Amino acid sequence: MRAFTYSRADTVEDAVRALAGNPDARFVAGGTNLLDLMKADAMRPAHLVDISRLPLDRIEETEDGGLRLGALARNADTAWDERVRSRYPMLSKAILAGASAQLRNMATNGGNLLQRTRCYYFYDSGTPCNKREPGSGCGALTGVNRIHAILGASEHCIAVHPSDLCVALAALEATVRVTGPRGERTIPFAEFHRLPGDTPHIDTTLGADEIVTAIDLPARGFAEHSTYLKVRDRASYAFALVSVAAALEIEGGTIRAARLALGGVAHKPWRDTEAEAMLVGKPAEAASFAAAAQAVLRGAKGHAHNAFKIPLAERAIVRALSEAAGVQTP
Amino acid sequence: MPHPMGFAPPPPEVMAVTLTVNGVETTLQVAPWTSLLDALRLHLDLTGTKKGCDHGQCGACTVLVDGRRINSCLTLAVMQDGRSVTTIEGLASGDTLHPLQKAFVENDAFQCGYCTPGQICSAAGLLAEGKAKTDDDIRELMSGNLCRCGAYPNIVKAIRQVMGEGGA
Ligand SMILES: Cc1cc2nc3c(=O)[nH]c(=O)nc-3n(C[C@H](O)[C@H](O)[C@H](O)COP(=O)(O)OP(=O)(O)OC[C@H]3O[C@@H](n4cnc5c(N)ncnc54)[C@H](O)[C@@H]3O)c2cc1C
Ligand code: FES
Ligand code: FES
Repeated sequence: MRAFTYSRADTVEDAVRALAGNPDARFVAGGTNLLDLMKADAMRPAHLVDISRLPLDRIEETEDGGLRLGALARNADTAWDERVRSRYPMLSKAILAGASAQLRNMATNGGNLLQRTRCYYFYDSGTPCNKREPGSGCGALTGVNRIHAILGASEHCIAVHPSDLCVALAALEATVRVTGPRGERTIPFAEFHRLPGDTPHIDTTLGADEIVTAIDLPARGFAEHSTYLKVRDRASYAFALVSVAAALEIEGGTIRAARLALGGVAHKPWRDTEAEAMLVGKPAEAASFAAAAQAVLRGAKGHAHNAFKIPLAERAIVRALSEAAGVQTP
Repeated sequence: MPHPMGFAPPPPEVMAVTLTVNGVETTLQVAPWTSLLDALRLHLDLTGTKKGCDHGQCGACTVLVDGRRINSCLTLAVMQDGRSVTTIEGLASGDTLHPLQKAFVENDAFQCGYCTPGQICSAAGLLAEGKAKTDDDIRELMSGNLCRCGAYPNIVKAIRQVMGEGGA
């Protein structure tokens, strides 16, 4: 690791002030992504501002019947929280599908949102990567790209966002609360992460001088009919090849509302509102799910090693929706 | 050359960190980039905690901080200032092994032993969390600890034995 200086922030204002005008300073929360990337020399901050002790580790009720997840609440404490488990079981399942028990004890909710891609070329500072070094090219495009994007990619970057938690947050239509030098604002979850386009070095719409303080969950948690399905190379402690957050509201066998978000397939959690709309009014059965799955993948594009993800994602969507609906998987 | 941060704070070569390690309070002088793992092994000579991958991918470095299991390779010593750390060296009381240590020996839950300190600290964390009920739960919640010798079946047996005894 390269040398850096370190300070600790005691208040949110302190934290924001410490970043202002310091493009080479970064927050560290759990440290599980940033320190890993610093050891790989893929990120080179000159100063770390430790925010891990800020009083943002609570999980609280909101006025509109939802839950506010503190940015510094640990992934483990969020997943095992009784309110999260009973009202947002899909979210709890998604978090517990990620990383390991030790890492979830360290990882924070804010850090999970801001974690960076696991693309091999992003990690290997000896190879080109437009995300790590804008303008250097994309090693994955013509290299080994088994874990890469099939949706929403660009000629500049085919990396995927690796989070499980974020896929469930996309399906739940969460809101991200942030504070910066100009005060507080909120970002709808769908707008928090971005597609690569020709600026893949920018992962999110969070300002460089802003801090995530909390994630708000709306009241609607789809507790009755929802699931998180993660497909990976081993049964546990592996990133998703494809994952699906599926949530339904069903009345008398007819779908009244649907949410569908995918992980492991794009530069951001991939939500498809058109496919969701197709499901509404349809019977909660395999044929409806298959049609929606096809719609999600209609624009998918495979590369040398990841074309398998297209049929895999299609089948995973059908299976997740079937599980959520409580009907037999075809 | 202008400083890359735009301002030039005098970089502190070392910072003071106070940790209570296995019950003993110690103040160390460490560089900010020293991981908790390196602080334990290199500064305190507690080499029971192992470095496998140094990237959070193997669990060999698992220790308990304020009773919770974490990977000591992915946190900085300075981030843990003021906290209590328990390593494999701190589990036994004198010559009496911790129930997990005893169960690992009785169940032949290791071969080369490199992953074992991390497995045992992780298992202590798992018992304290109280979420595991079945063998499948143990396997899932111990998945952050790899064993290249493949001692997994006996590791599960050892942990189940201690769970059956009503924890540690
Ligand atoms: C071996 C391994 C396996 C993993 N497997 C999975 C998996 O299967 N699924 C999954 O989802 N994740 C997985 N992870 C990733 C893990 O979930 C993330 O590393 C973790 O969530 C990051 O949180 P942190 O608090 O440790 O972030 P840090 O490493 O502290 O920070 C990450 C980034 O976020 C920024 N940041 C942190 N908090 C804030 C804030 N409040 N406001 C603004 N910026 C902030 C930091 O500046 C930094 O750039 C894995 C990690 C490892 C090492
Ligand atoms: S050494 Fe820390 S997880 Fe491998
Ligand atoms: S006993 Fe050898 S690695 Fe586990």
